[in-house]
Amino acid sequence: MKPFFHLPWGNLLRVILLTLLAVAFLAPMAWMVSTSLKPLSETMTVPPQWIPSSIQWHNYPDAIQAMGYFWRYTGNSLLLCLLTVAGTLVSSTLAAYGFARLEWPGRNRLFSLCLATMMIPFPAIMVPIYGLFKNLGWIGTLQPLWVPTFFASAFHVFLLRQFFLSLPRDTAEAARIDGCNEWQILWYTVLPMAKPVLLVVAVFQFLATWNDFLGPLIYLTDQRTFTLALGLQSFQSQQGGTAWHHLMAASTLVVLPVIVLFFFTQKTFIQGIATTGSKN
Amino acid sequence: MGRTMSAADLRRLGTGFMFIAPWLVGFLALSLYPFLSSLYLSTCDYSVLAPAVWIGPENYTALSRDPIFWKAAGNTVLFAMVSVPLGLVLSFCLALLLNAEIPARGFFRTVFFLPSLMPLVCLAVLWLWLLNGDLGLVNACLRPGLQTLNDLFGWHLSPPNWLQDPRFALAGLVLTGIWGVGHPMVIFLAGLQEVPRHLYESADIDGASRWQKLRHITLPMLSPVIYFNGIMALIGCFQVFAVPYVMTEGGDGPERSLLFLATYLYQHAFEYWNMGYACAIGLFLFALILGLTLVASRISSRHVHYEGA
Repeated sequence: MKPFFHLPWGNLLRVILLTLLAVAFLAPMAWMVSTSLKPLSETMTVPPQWIPSSIQWHNYPDAIQAMGYFWRYTGNSLLLCLLTVAGTLVSSTLAAYGFARLEWPGRNRLFSLCLATMMIPFPAIMVPIYGLFKNLGWIGTLQPLWVPTFFASAFHVFLLRQFFLSLPRDTAEAARIDGCNEWQILWYTVLPMAKPVLLVVAVFQFLATWNDFLGPLIYLTDQRTFTLALGLQSFQSQQGGTAWHHLMAASTLVVLPVIVLFFFTQKTFIQGIATTGSKN
Repeated sequence: MGRTMSAADLRRLGTGFMFIAPWLVGFLALSLYPFLSSLYLSTCDYSVLAPAVWIGPENYTALSRDPIFWKAAGNTVLFAMVSVPLGLVLSFCLALLLNAEIPARGFFRTVFFLPSLMPLVCLAVLWLWLLNGDLGLVNACLRPGLQTLNDLFGWHLSPPNWLQDPRFALAGLVLTGIWGVGHPMVIFLAGLQEVPRHLYESADIDGASRWQKLRHITLPMLSPVIYFNGIMALIGCFQVFAVPYVMTEGGDGPERSLLFLATYLYQHAFEYWNMGYACAIGLFLFALILGLTLVASRISSRHVHYEGA
């Protein structure tokens, strides 16, 4: 990296503009954390003050207490993340392998159908799906939120297929000549090379489950089965928008795992998002 | 299919189906069946608690005369028409700014990207607080600026009470969405880095200006990415639900200014148990998304440049 004073003027202007924008993008999050550490009275000062007169760490345990089932919500969310990540990894990998590396009649037509399902908005089909789970007696349980991921997601099948198509085929051919069947080829030759894309799919699914709101809202009826996202919404509507220091502490706690996950997987993650928009 | 399959074909078909079986079952049970069922239920009186009764196109005629439905549809279209172009322009500009050798580039990218990771419920709760009329940070930033204008021109401007004001509620929601442009920005940035250097180099030799290079190289080369981001944003905006739902505590905002198609569908399905009507709204939403995507792909086939195609 070049030192500042060697930069051409255009780039200096660029950095100034970016710094201003970065301040604007960071301000809401900084405000969230700042509010979460204030005494209630200081959330109501005009003009607002950024630094609390004394840092109120106890807002966090207080917010957890006020949410009631905070640890249950966290447990439910984590359990769902675990199950949905496992479900989508297994099922989408199998389907993607079938679409990418095997030749069979009708394959491309079925794959187009798979892509077409991405066009259907969930709200348009949620009534019959709700009816289906109601008949199975699953309403009020976590099952409607994880069982479907064991039946592959079109988006993840698409991502994995793109990656499988790009892998060299010679190792697989050699294994086939040695008498390996397709399951062994997938397990021993394809999957070891596919670790980055599997991580991307796992992270995407984790985020989708952690963030999901509409699903838990329609399927979950008992507070003790709520996920964190639904629990936070229910906490917010009980508070009626007064105890902002507690609400911001609770929001910070819900965002935190996502931020941690991002920093640990940053490179793979950013590349994963970039490939979704790639024209190849 | 006219030809008969050989034994080898059949065996390959069998292996293929074994691998895609999870998807196939999911497709039949969780996409095709609900879609067809939704088509049928939209012509029924159905409450989940009792069997559906066929009533013909009645739900659709009722829908066409339902002013609240049209309000929801209007809000949804307006929200998408404002948010999608604004988000595309902003994310593209951010990507252009970042696409240079500058110090702390990774830091800037992370800063712009992070907000897009916010769970929607957190996003809604946070912006409810930021857009608070009296105590919110947004108005705290606006107040000094407006005060200066008032002093200079003798105006009487005061910052709006965003989500409590029917004229500003939708704008507040757009602002909330704009904060999440980091996701398309990352996709644009990747696209920018794929543009071959030599195109710019030969343009430099020809004495092309910065603007000409943007207009004649960057934009055409990036058109598939612009199209992709546009379609994704469009599909997302048309399904907007969680953020306005949380912000209005399950309501629809002042004078229904935060009522959207997905919200109205949810209300009919799970608050009035009027599920046939809800299915009709859902199919309208599907048709809207499908129609706009087809229009976009028609336009794109004229303007989108695929290299080597």
